[in-house]
Amino acid sequence: MINKTVKNAHEAVADIPSNCMLMMGGFGLTGIPENCISALLERAISGLTIVSNNAGVDDFGIGLLLKKRMVKKMISSYVGENAEFERQLLSGELEVDLIPQGTLAERVRAGGAGIPAFFTPAGVGTEVAEGKESREFDGKMYLLESWLKADFSIVKAWKGDTAGNLIFKGTARNFNPMMAAAGKICIAEVEELVEAGKLDPNQIHTPGIYVQRIFQGENYEKRIEQRTVSK
Amino acid sequence: MLTKDQIAQRISKEVKNGQYINLGIGIPTLVANYIPDDLEVVLQSENGLLGIGPFPTEDQIDPDLINAGKQTVTMAKGSALFNSAESFAMIRGGHVHLTILGAMEVSENGDISNWKIPGKMVKGMGGAMDLVASADNIIVAMQHCSRSGESKLLPDCSLPITGVRCVKKIVTDLAVLEISPKGGFVLLERAPGVSVEEIKDKTAGKLIVEGEVPEMIFE
Repeated sequence: MINKTVKNAHEAVADIPSNCMLMMGGFGLTGIPENCISALLERAISGLTIVSNNAGVDDFGIGLLLKKRMVKKMISSYVGENAEFERQLLSGELEVDLIPQGTLAERVRAGGAGIPAFFTPAGVGTEVAEGKESREFDGKMYLLESWLKADFSIVKAWKGDTAGNLIFKGTARNFNPMMAAAGKICIAEVEELVEAGKLDPNQIHTPGIYVQRIFQGENYEKRIEQRTVSK
Repeated sequence: MLTKDQIAQRISKEVKNGQYINLGIGIPTLVANYIPDDLEVVLQSENGLLGIGPFPTEDQIDPDLINAGKQTVTMAKGSALFNSAESFAMIRGGHVHLTILGAMEVSENGDISNWKIPGKMVKGMGGAMDLVASADNIIVAMQHCSRSGESKLLPDCSLPITGVRCVKKIVTDLAVLEISPKGGFVLLERAPGVSVEEIKDKTAGKLIVEGEVPEMIFE
């Protein structure tokens, strides 16, 4: 087995350059690569284009990278939780490309799967369709959407092994598996890292072929955005 | 006039046994509280869960388990977890039977606007465009008029649209309405104590009234 292990988050993100395209897993603050975000904050890089469903909150997740002005452009589906994001967007410091969530997921999936484009019904007749080719199939209109690929993708899993195989937990899976495949170099941080052979192959969600670097993260905060309980 | 909970309660009557259902954020989320116990339905959360359970108790809270509104949830018996591409495969593939969502405006041909107000901060469409473009059965839950008293049922949407000709039914605080295939809001039911005249006054789009319009009944 090829050993993909790196020492920690700092080593994992050490060669991520300015102005590159970066994918980050997560939905809201669930399943985000907390350790790598912290390590990126200590790097003197900027001009990043980040593909992520959301943009974090003011003081956590991708919001921290925004605050340090490391991000040039966000490619997301929903960014409504972040006042600093709003300020930078309205002042023209930040570019944003808003994409329907399913289209975003499929564009990333296509990027990892070697499919340059596909047709989807989402956005037909809306401003999302502007400038895009549309075509009718079985009497319904669809838009042509293209793949998304990245120089680096950073994902967060529950368990992983030294060969890069990953298992996710709960709804923390979200965009992580597709992004693992769509990054030229995929960095995986996991809560528990074990030797290759210790995970049940039947339970692997992301096969190690997609992962180039893996390490066991620490001190996961797992912040909750909407703490909602039963009475 | 109905409360938000009563709108949710009325919509729950549209739910049929065996359905897979996607509930949007806001009033639609409340519908789950009113689905009769004798119906077997499965709630889909587009962030990757089929089988949403009730909100957790304090000691059940798991930060790795949230719904599309980022609220902590539990998993119902027999639930399944999956990634976001799989989730939207279910949605676009037509496997979800019923979608209930909120709206800012609905037009008389079934167009819906619920993602953007020009000049205001744009938060993004999330999964709304995928849902409305794919679902066969879309019910909108909303107030009949905006806070400033403007009708939200219009000849044409004035806000940027989320999807075209997709809404089937609308439940507001005043009425239950159906989109006619030929265009227009067919008035099906009135909220208790609300007259046809009042609904007519507050509906800017074409309102179709056929015969006696019954009042909604709440048990």
